[in-house]
Amino acid sequence: MARQEPRKDVVIVGLGWTGSILGMELSQEGLDIVALERGADQDTVPEFKYPDMLDELRYGVRLGLVLKPRNQTLTIRRGPDEVALPFRSFGSFLPGNGVGGAGAHWNGLNWRPQPEELKLRSHVRDNWGEQIIPEGMLLGDYPVSYDELEPFFDRFEHVAGISGQAGNLNGQIIPGGNPFEGRRSRDYPMPALPVTYDARKFAEAAAAMGYHPFKAPSGIASTAYVNPYGMQMGPCTFCGFCERYGCFQYSKSAPQTMILDALRRQPNFSYRTGAEVLRVEKAPDGKTATGVTYWDHAAGEEVFQPADLVILAAYQLFNVHLMLLSGIGQPYDPVTGEGVTGKSYAYQMNGSATLFYRDEVFNPFVGHGSNGMSIDDFGMNQIDFGREGFIGGAYWRSGQTNGQPIRSMPLPRDSAEWGAGWKKAVGDWYGHVMSIGSHGSHMAYRGNHLDLDPTYRDRFGRPLMRMTFNWQENDLRMNQFMRARMAEVVAFMKPDLSQLSFKDLGARYDIRPYQTTHNTGGHIMSENPAEGVVNRYSQVWGMHNVFATGAGNFVQNTQYNPTGLVGGLAYHTADAIRRQYLSNPRPLV
Amino acid sequence: MTDLPGRPSRRGFLKASAAGVAMALLPLSAKAQQAAAPVPLEQYQPVFFTPAEWAFVMAATARLIPSEGDGPGAIETRVPVFIDLQLAGEFGQAADWYMEGPFAPAADPLLGWQTPLTPAEVYRQAIPVFDAWCAQTYNAAFTALDPARQDEALAALEEAAMLAPEIRDFFSILLDNTKEGYFSDPIYGGNHGMQAWVYIGFPGARGAFLEWVERHDVPYPLGPVSISGERA
Ligand SMILES: Cc1cc2nc3c(=O)[nH]c(=O)nc-3n(C[C@H](O)[C@H](O)[C@H](O)COP(=O)(O)OP(=O)(O)OC[C@H]3O[C@@H](n4cnc5c(N)ncnc54)[C@H](O)[C@@H]3O)c2cc1C
Ligand code: SF4
Repeated sequence: MARQEPRKDVVIVGLGWTGSILGMELSQEGLDIVALERGADQDTVPEFKYPDMLDELRYGVRLGLVLKPRNQTLTIRRGPDEVALPFRSFGSFLPGNGVGGAGAHWNGLNWRPQPEELKLRSHVRDNWGEQIIPEGMLLGDYPVSYDELEPFFDRFEHVAGISGQAGNLNGQIIPGGNPFEGRRSRDYPMPALPVTYDARKFAEAAAAMGYHPFKAPSGIASTAYVNPYGMQMGPCTFCGFCERYGCFQYSKSAPQTMILDALRRQPNFSYRTGAEVLRVEKAPDGKTATGVTYWDHAAGEEVFQPADLVILAAYQLFNVHLMLLSGIGQPYDPVTGEGVTGKSYAYQMNGSATLFYRDEVFNPFVGHGSNGMSIDDFGMNQIDFGREGFIGGAYWRSGQTNGQPIRSMPLPRDSAEWGAGWKKAVGDWYGHVMSIGSHGSHMAYRGNHLDLDPTYRDRFGRPLMRMTFNWQENDLRMNQFMRARMAEVVAFMKPDLSQLSFKDLGARYDIRPYQTTHNTGGHIMSENPAEGVVNRYSQVWGMHNVFATGAGNFVQNTQYNPTGLVGGLAYHTADAIRRQYLSNPRPLV
Repeated sequence: MTDLPGRPSRRGFLKASAAGVAMALLPLSAKAQQAAAPVPLEQYQPVFFTPAEWAFVMAATARLIPSEGDGPGAIETRVPVFIDLQLAGEFGQAADWYMEGPFAPAADPLLGWQTPLTPAEVYRQAIPVFDAWCAQTYNAAFTALDPARQDEALAALEEAAMLAPEIRDFFSILLDNTKEGYFSDPIYGGNHGMQAWVYIGFPGARGAFLEWVERHDVPYPLGPVSISGERA
């Protein structure tokens, strides 16, 4: 018999980026709120403090801040012909765990999607016709538009503390910004950060070739800043231990730095750590949730937390897992195409160039997670899909993020991997290398999806989630297009040596090397309950008191890092709950 | 008592400190200092390795990052001590990983770690197999071969034809651990005196470079500091 806690108005599952946002916004309505976080508490002091945080082995290699697969993981297969095997030791993506979630140790690359990306099916139909959509691609429009979300992107950027330079202010193109971005109602809250030598070299070449370089928008403070919740940041020192690390000095945009202290001061908000939600409990008629059941790790027992409103903010992977385990939405069947939960899982299609300059000095340890110069000339809204034969786009960036030598040691491809030759190569090349990355879109497909694994179980005896995912030709063709364009830029930059690393047509998903923690879809937004799990407000179809935040809402992935859109959607949801739902709880669509 | 994730195990820590390896965390404000002279490698008492395994790891890492040429080798940086402590600790036990069956050790390598063995068990099982292969091929143990033959044998180990699927990744684990021991902070027992950082020009845990962002193409002048406050 589970222990039962007193009823709350709201229970939030997961206290990362979106859980913190929903907690803060709903607490302003005077609601009685509890957030349940499976991991431990962690804060700038003492957990992220100097110098202990600057430890590559512990955090960069052994992944000290990341979820431990022993505690929760999933199985992966590349297609229905393969037996899915557990992701035993993380590589390709690194889910967060503990207060702050992945927001505690992300890079801070903060982008808004292009307006066309949110209405991609219409964009394709209007410009080239639906016949260019490849067989098996689930191309959709988001049920919200860029203009509707603009105030919420703006809100997130001002809470999160983003440094950057506007390229499109209310329709006016501003020199030095991204001319291909959607309209902004105001500039970024902080000016853009200065950039390192690699970024400058890239930007100079790009400009000379007629492209439009701009400073990458960063969730990294360029100045002192106070956000709308009264939280303070100080300027980043380019410490070079950013991604996978907590910031030791209040410079990285994270729930810790931007929300949590303010949230802790709200008397009607509380949170419990070591509280791992096992399932959402449904009312007998299945039309609402009654609360959630969680495992209290300290007490070693199940607890039922009744609540009037349930917010699933557990990150894309765990939101979908909880939905599959709780019977929220009909599970998706890739054979019939019916069902919604687990549908349209998507990822990111990236490539890069490495440039070696024997006589130039880059000091690669000077950097932060979103340092550098970008171009969007090959972005989604600049590409003629009909002519190029794919649907997609990418933004490029050059800017060193760290020079940590265990993992960041690019060497010419013909270098020895060990022995005297390797030692000589690391001595010769460390600090004389730069790179350019292409960060590309990834569409949703009929076969790439999430369901429950028939064999493997977690420590609570529940089935692990199973991911069926492989690269698809459309996105690989986009990547090959980027490769060809990037080869031209590299040639222009005249390095002593260079190499390109872009997945070839036919490439299969390799789960070992880190790629991105940009897992999307699985509880996508839709115009109607037949096509997705949630409506335009991220409210579950047919279960009106459950809302789900995060990139699980994405209809297909964009070409950008997801958090700008994730944060915008979270504020959009908070606004809908505050202004429409609380006074009259009901399906909002 | 649980060990801190990613740290040497408590058992390893006590044993290693008893053996004189300087691993205590000092506040950075403590007077800058060099690491106390540690116990010579030949006298080091391994926490995890048997004497035969220790001899193999000493010999193998000495070829993976040799002492000859510019820059320190694995021996001068005490990489074998690092590996010993890692295998005795959470990494060696796969403490963080999902290790429930069924296992498919012969799966496509792209699907990652699929052996039922922990890293420590892979070392324990693979070293005798490789030594038997050396005995058969060269009529001598790996440790008794001359450096050129050792390199040849390691290249064969990299190909892994003599290894069953459960231990097929032994060479790459050994190589990864060797490089980790070379470049990680000295608190883990390797990168002794931060020699590997000095060699390549990595400033360690300095963590403050704002005035260097726009000094382009100018070498950074300062040497490294470590988490425990060593300077070099
Ligand atoms: C290394 C890394 C780098 C990244 N870099 C970028 C970047 O540069 N730009 C970008 O846009 N995005 C980046 N991301 C992604 C970004 O961190 C996420 O988009 C963002 O954190 C998502 O917010 P969220 O609230 O959905 O999830 P999270 O912030 O991860 O929060 C989810 C929380 O829910 C908790 N939880 C999960 N399951 C349960 C359960 N059953 N019960 C209780 N609690 C639970 C988790 O422990 C976690 O704390 C990066 C991610 C990583 C890991
Ligand atoms: S690089 Fe800057 S923002 Fe990132 S962790 Fe270091 S000081 Fe913080």
